[in-house]
Order: sequence, then structure tokens, then C-alpha cells
Amino acid sequence: MASKMEALKSVVEQVLGDRLVQSTLAFDELTIVCKAENIVEAASLLRDHAELSFEQLIDLCGLDYSSYKDQPWDGPRFAVVYHLLSLKHNLRIRLKTFAPEDDFPVVNSVVGVWNSANWFEREAFDLFGIVFDGHPDLRRLLTDYGFVGHPFRKDFPLSGYVEMRYDPTQQRVIYQPVTIEPREITPRIIREETYGG
Amino acid sequence: MAEIRNYTLNFGPQHPAAHGVLRLVLELDGEVIQRADPHVGLLHRGTEKLAESKTFIQSLPYMDRLDYVSMMSNEHAYCLAIEKLLGVEVPERAQYIRVMFAEITRILNHLLWIGAHAIDIGAMTVFLYAFREREDLMDCYEAVSGARMHAAYFRPGGVYRDLPDSMPQYTVSKIKNARELAKLNEGRQGTMLDFIDAFTQRFPTYVDEYETLLTDNRIWKQRTVGIGVVSPERALNLGFSGPMLRGSGIEWDLRKKQPYDVYDRMDFDIPVGANGDCYDRYLVRIEEMRQSNRIVKQCVDWLKKNPGPVITDNFKVAPPSREGMKSNMEELIHHFKLFTEGMHVPEGEAYAAVEHPKGEFGIYLVSDGANKPYRLKIRAPGYAHLAALDEMSRGHMIADVVAIIGTQDIVFGEIDR
Repeated sequence: MASKMEALKSVVEQVLGDRLVQSTLAFDELTIVCKAENIVEAASLLRDHAELSFEQLIDLCGLDYSSYKDQPWDGPRFAVVYHLLSLKHNLRIRLKTFAPEDDFPVVNSVVGVWNSANWFEREAFDLFGIVFDGHPDLRRLLTDYGFVGHPFRKDFPLSGYVEMRYDPTQQRVIYQPVTIEPREITPRIIREETYGG
Repeated sequence: MAEIRNYTLNFGPQHPAAHGVLRLVLELDGEVIQRADPHVGLLHRGTEKLAESKTFIQSLPYMDRLDYVSMMSNEHAYCLAIEKLLGVEVPERAQYIRVMFAEITRILNHLLWIGAHAIDIGAMTVFLYAFREREDLMDCYEAVSGARMHAAYFRPGGVYRDLPDSMPQYTVSKIKNARELAKLNEGRQGTMLDFIDAFTQRFPTYVDEYETLLTDNRIWKQRTVGIGVVSPERALNLGFSGPMLRGSGIEWDLRKKQPYDVYDRMDFDIPVGANGDCYDRYLVRIEEMRQSNRIVKQCVDWLKKNPGPVITDNFKVAPPSREGMKSNMEELIHHFKLFTEGMHVPEGEAYAAVEHPKGEFGIYLVSDGANKPYRLKIRAPGYAHLAALDEMSRGHMIADVVAIIGTQDIVFGEIDR
């Protein structure tokens, strides 16, 4: 199995050429990183090349690296992660790209390559605020109508900003600032490698 | 000439055939659908965000609540992802128990699906029969975990505890007299494995009964044949998986192609459809129930013969035995650390997928070495299927939308997450 992934790694490196920034093999999974401007081109190559033929986009998700390891993150904050599956060769690959700008993250849409990207990109836009250029219908999907902000960013509090309740005097449902305080029962801890022997 | 405009119809979120909380905006030309725009997210609880603030074990019960008709399959993917990063070895017996319960879950899911799908398009009876069998299987869930649905039974490194030696019995109450009681408890005298074994003996005849009600039923065929046809190429491009993909004639099953746990030792077949319509997907799922039954039977036979540990002995992942904890300092410390701080998963990222009853259910886990996940992405099969509803329902009648929603086996717990 390991040699199969190494073979895949060399084929991918050959096919993508200088569009590839980095490729790593870990836990028997291949992760490749591409530049955001080449993503559609790289995606088409991965889908159409006879030795790869990743016909299926299994998953697409946003990722916010800003508090990784509880340290300031050096580099682009937002990443988009694509999980591809080739049924023909029975292979999986993880494709990653970083949005160049942190304040207004834009990545080209891959809806034209895999139609299943449609809702996945809408979700990543909704939850992380990553804009997919060329998406046919980039609306919010999971959050409430009229929701403000992008809840899965690391700087968005777990309890949110507004809560909803029925107001008997106005006889309608209203939004108001949250009244609960976020509380953490088990703190988040990163131990050094040698901890506990 | 009067100007003819399309008509917009709101379907759901309280429509009984919307399977929960789907709001579907349909654009109609007469009774023909021009566009279907599903509005989802009414059940969005932010499971992935919540998991970032909980330890790995604390998030496990959230997995039950994703797809709340196939609880243990969700846990399975979550445990596999953590185990991949940790590199822990799962005892063989635990792997067999997991496979057995994953298949029991598949039967549970398909039973609910066949009942709900049939009731949606006009066949009342199947629902009642399907729930009769679900009752037996949920008793197994309860016997093993204490909960009929949200089991939290699979744990990273194995399963929570071994199978019980006896099945719980019914007791006397105002409405049950002794004779009735003896009848109810008749099948519950042996161990839990005997109970499951007896179930696998009688289940194939039950599936035959459902088939007599539906397979050659004229109305059933009129409602499903040629409805929601998806070609194999489109199914791939739209990210379909599971029975939706196999219904379109693509032989792809993760249990066979990328086996996890002990699926590589199981003997079973993968049913494949030919036309990619609702009727073929129905046939695929019916056959899957029979095949799952075969797998359960094989697991029961193995489990009866081979006792052993059911969870890893790595105390940084799983708690030590109660006995050891009370007599041994080292194990007391392990227990304390595990339940106050939780396990630490080494830095890295992993994707683990299982063949969930609905399709490929995957967990993408990014860990930065903390006791909580840095990012957890749940890949729900129903999400990709529902996204294709627009394409599948275009040009069909309103009543066919109900059939298409039914055939997709939609559950909002996993779609909205």
C-alpha cells in the first residue's frame, strides 16, 4: 500500500509540475498543496489524466489556521481542502490551497470541474467567508436568513452574538444580544512531546 | 393572450414528506418542476464548531446525533479517524463487534427508509412491519449500551464494553399477564448473541414479506420506475456514494474496495442497479439488507467462539479496568488524566471514511496535538445527494419530488450538522 501511495506521489508531481507547491505522505494519505491561482487547472489535470482520474470530489471544506497550536500563525490564514477519490484506481488524495489574502479570501471555484462542489463551496463561504470566484450561486446555506458573520472562523465566539426569543409585548420573535457567557469545562492544552514519559 | 407565469410553491419545512426540516422552494410550470431550491440549515447545530471546544471523547456522542437513524456508523468513522492519527491497535473482538453493529445499524437504517419511503408514496403497511423488526434491533442497542438510539458505544480503541451475557427481560405490569410475559421473553432466554442469531434466522423471511408488498406492486412501480434517473457519469460528478451510486450501476462499496476493521474477512456481495431510477435504488437497498444479515450472522458465529478484550490496553486512549484502578497507583493516575484532560492526539491530519448506510460518511480530522480537535469536518453523504435534488427533479411532477426525497434517504441531522 505504501508503495502505491509513493507511486501516486511521483505521478502527481510529474503531472502537476510547478503548479505543485508541496506534497507530503502521512498516515498513508497523500496531501498536495497548490497555489490558489492554479487550482482549477490543477483540478482538471487531476480529474482528466489517465493515471489519476479523480472523478469524484468527495469533500471540500474551509479551514482557518489563525490559532493553530495556540500560536500566531505565520502565513495565509484560510485554506480550502479538497478530498478527491478515484474509483478507477481506488485512490484518494487531499488537495489543499491557501487563499492569498486574509481580509478578503478568494479562491477560484471548481464547480465546472466537479458539480458536487456547488454546495460544498456555498458552505465554506457561509461558515468561513471564503469567496469562490466563478461560483454560479454563492448564497449562504446553513446559517439563518440574514445571519451576520462567518461562524466557523476561530475569532467567532462559540455562543455567537445574537439569540432569538419570542417577545410577548411585541408579539413576535426578536433577536437580542446573547445573554449566556461562554464557559469552558475542560481547557485546551497542548503538551510538549516528552510529557509523561 | 394572458401572460402565463411560473408558480412558486413552498414545500416544507413542516411537510411530513420533507423528512424533517427541509424547506424546498419549487418553481412550477403547471405541475411540472422547473427548479427546486432546497433551503437547508434549519437543524444546523454547529457540531463541527462544538467539537473544537470539547475533548475527543466528549464529542463522540455528538456523532450519534448527526444521522440519527444510523447512530453507530457515524461513531465508527469518528473512531477510525482518531485511531488513524493515534496509531492504536484495535483488538480483534472489538473489530468484529463493530462490524456486527455497523451492519445491524445498516438494517435499522434501511428498515426506517423502506417504511418512510413507502408511506410517502402511498403504502401504509410496510411502515408497521418495518418497525416491528426495528424494535428487536433497538433492544440489542439498549442491551449493549443502555440507550436505544444514541448509543455512544464505539470508542477510540475499541468498544465501550463487551456484549452482555443475557438479554433484558420484560417484567409484569398492569397490561402484561404472566402468560403473555412468557411469550415475550421466550426469545430472550439465552445470551445476546443467541438473540441476534435468532433474528438473523427469521429476518430473510421478513424481507420477503416486504418484497411481496412492494416489488411487483403496480402502484409502487408506477411511482418509482423511471423517476429520478441518474446516469453513472452524472452520479460520479455529483459526488454520489452508497446505494445512490450503486443504483446507477457503479460497483463501488468501501467495505470491499477499502476495507476497514474486519470487512475483508466477511463474505458478502454488492448489489448493483441498472437504470439508476428510484426502483433500482429500492432493489439495491432491499438486497443490502439481506447481505447485511449475512455479515451479522458471520460475526455472531465468530464472536461466540472467540472471547477476548474489546478495547485497547493503551491507557492514554482508553480507561483502565475498575479493578486495576482501585488497586494500582499508575492506573489511577491514567484514569484521572484521561477523564479530566482527555487524550492527546498527535499533530497531523487524517481522513477516515466508512460505508455508511446512506453512502460515504467521512471524518476529516485536523489535530495540532491538543486534547481537542483543531478542525473536524464531517462529510455527510446526504449532503451531496440533496444538492443534486434540483437536477434529479427537473421536469418531474410535484408528486415525484416526494419519491425522489424518499429515495435519497435524507436525514437532516447529518446534512445540517
